Amino acid sequence: MSMLEVKDIYKKFGKIEVLKGIDFELQRGEVLSIIGSSGSGKTTLLRCLTYLETAEEGSVFVDGNCVFDAKSEKHVSSSEARIRQLNFGLVFQSFNLFPQYTVFDNVCLAPKLLAKEREDYRANKKAIFEEIEDNARKLIERVGMTSRIDMYPCQLSGGQQQRVAIARALALNPKILCFDEPTSALDPELTGEVLKVIRSLKDGDCTMVIVTHEMNFAREVSDKIIFMDEGVIAEQGSPDILLNPKTDRLKAFLNAFNQ
Amino acid sequence: MFWEVTLNLLKGFGVTCEVFALTLLFALPLGLIISFGSMSKFKPLKLICKVFVWCIRGTPLMLQMIVIYYGPGLVGKWAQGIENPGAIIAWLASWTVFDRFVAVLVAFIINYACYFSEIYRGGIEAIPVGQKEAGQVLGMKKSQLFFKVTLLQVIKRIVPPMSNEIITLVKDTSLARIIAVYEIIYAGERFIKAEGLIWPLFYTGAFYLIFCGVLTLLFGYIEKKLDYFRG
Repeated sequence: MSMLEVKDIYKKFGKIEVLKGIDFELQRGEVLSIIGSSGSGKTTLLRCLTYLETAEEGSVFVDGNCVFDAKSEKHVSSSEARIRQLNFGLVFQSFNLFPQYTVFDNVCLAPKLLAKEREDYRANKKAIFEEIEDNARKLIERVGMTSRIDMYPCQLSGGQQQRVAIARALALNPKILCFDEPTSALDPELTGEVLKVIRSLKDGDCTMVIVTHEMNFAREVSDKIIFMDEGVIAEQGSPDILLNPKTDRLKAFLNAFNQ
Repeated sequence: MFWEVTLNLLKGFGVTCEVFALTLLFALPLGLIISFGSMSKFKPLKLICKVFVWCIRGTPLMLQMIVIYYGPGLVGKWAQGIENPGAIIAWLASWTVFDRFVAVLVAFIINYACYFSEIYRGGIEAIPVGQKEAGQVLGMKKSQLFFKVTLLQVIKRIVPPMSNEIITLVKDTSLARIIAVYEIIYAGERFIKAEGLIWPLFYTGAFYLIFCGVLTLLFGYIEKKLDYFRG
């Protein structure tokens, strides 16, 4: 069974059709890269998956369970929507760390708030918090930020902030981790350190959807590539399509990149 | 003589402080409610709040105070003159003049709540949308998002304009003199009539200065406390 199944997603902003029927599947542990020029709908697709936008048509299944269906979307309660949300983690282009919290608290905040909804919260508060904090320390170590665990976001470089943002997203143990152009706000040197972290997640068996402009990285890390153009999937397949594109549109796009 | 004056002024200053503190106590939360109203997606509520803020900010506080002080009494008089009163008219007829102090408080609270609401609104709308989205994808409830993520960032942003407004409030309390509330200006003025002395009135300035000085230090301290993060 597929880990992620996206069926026939349509999305309009006013009169502009941004997504015109998107279908794809992803297996557990696979990494999907979505490429395409600006305005092709990549980011909108990711935002529809993570409920930051609501698609007008289509449905999304995670692990065989329907987590989004445009037809019944209005009847979904806000608490149900929040639970569904947790299937997905999202790493933003602009990091969006919470500026008033340290690295450690940024990673701990959401799990601690969620823990309040557990039935045994009152009885085991201490143990639960310890578990969350241990997990946070491990994640921070995994992204190589242990030495800066007590610093505030404004004291970190962009690459470091993004690595913390990755740890923060992982802290809720999402089934699918999404990245929205995670390195577009970084210079080449900082890009490297973030890509290294994402690469290491692949070895950890994380299912990921990455919107990116880093072609070499996409080819190297992905199991699957989707090329989007004007709201549709113009070409999809194994990373080899970046070397041997079949459609003219992808050829033109890659040529523009290599110049 | 100096001590007698000082003691009298201190008495008036007590009332000044009362107006100041009670206004803050009620206007700070009321302002937040009004700001939520004027940011509401429900159009009629938004319109009502906007028009209300426009009216209050568009007229002098002194005038508002006079209207609130004399208004209810006039309505009561008018309602008493109507024959065969219905339930509403009978209720209106029972309106009488507010207590002076209460009238001042009501006027100040409403007026300052409106100014505060615009400061809150500015502060809340200045928070990058990415903060809200980050909280959302981390499964936070709206209330958690507001209290755990947005609030402190808003506070940091609004401390400078708030301190400005609050320092203005200290001096605006002197308007209460207009409807003969015994605050410090009134206390100082009494010496002109009673003893032919003008310096006690000038002396009141020292009280305002010290009060504002303390507030300036306090807000400086808060700003410094919130200096550990940016954003």
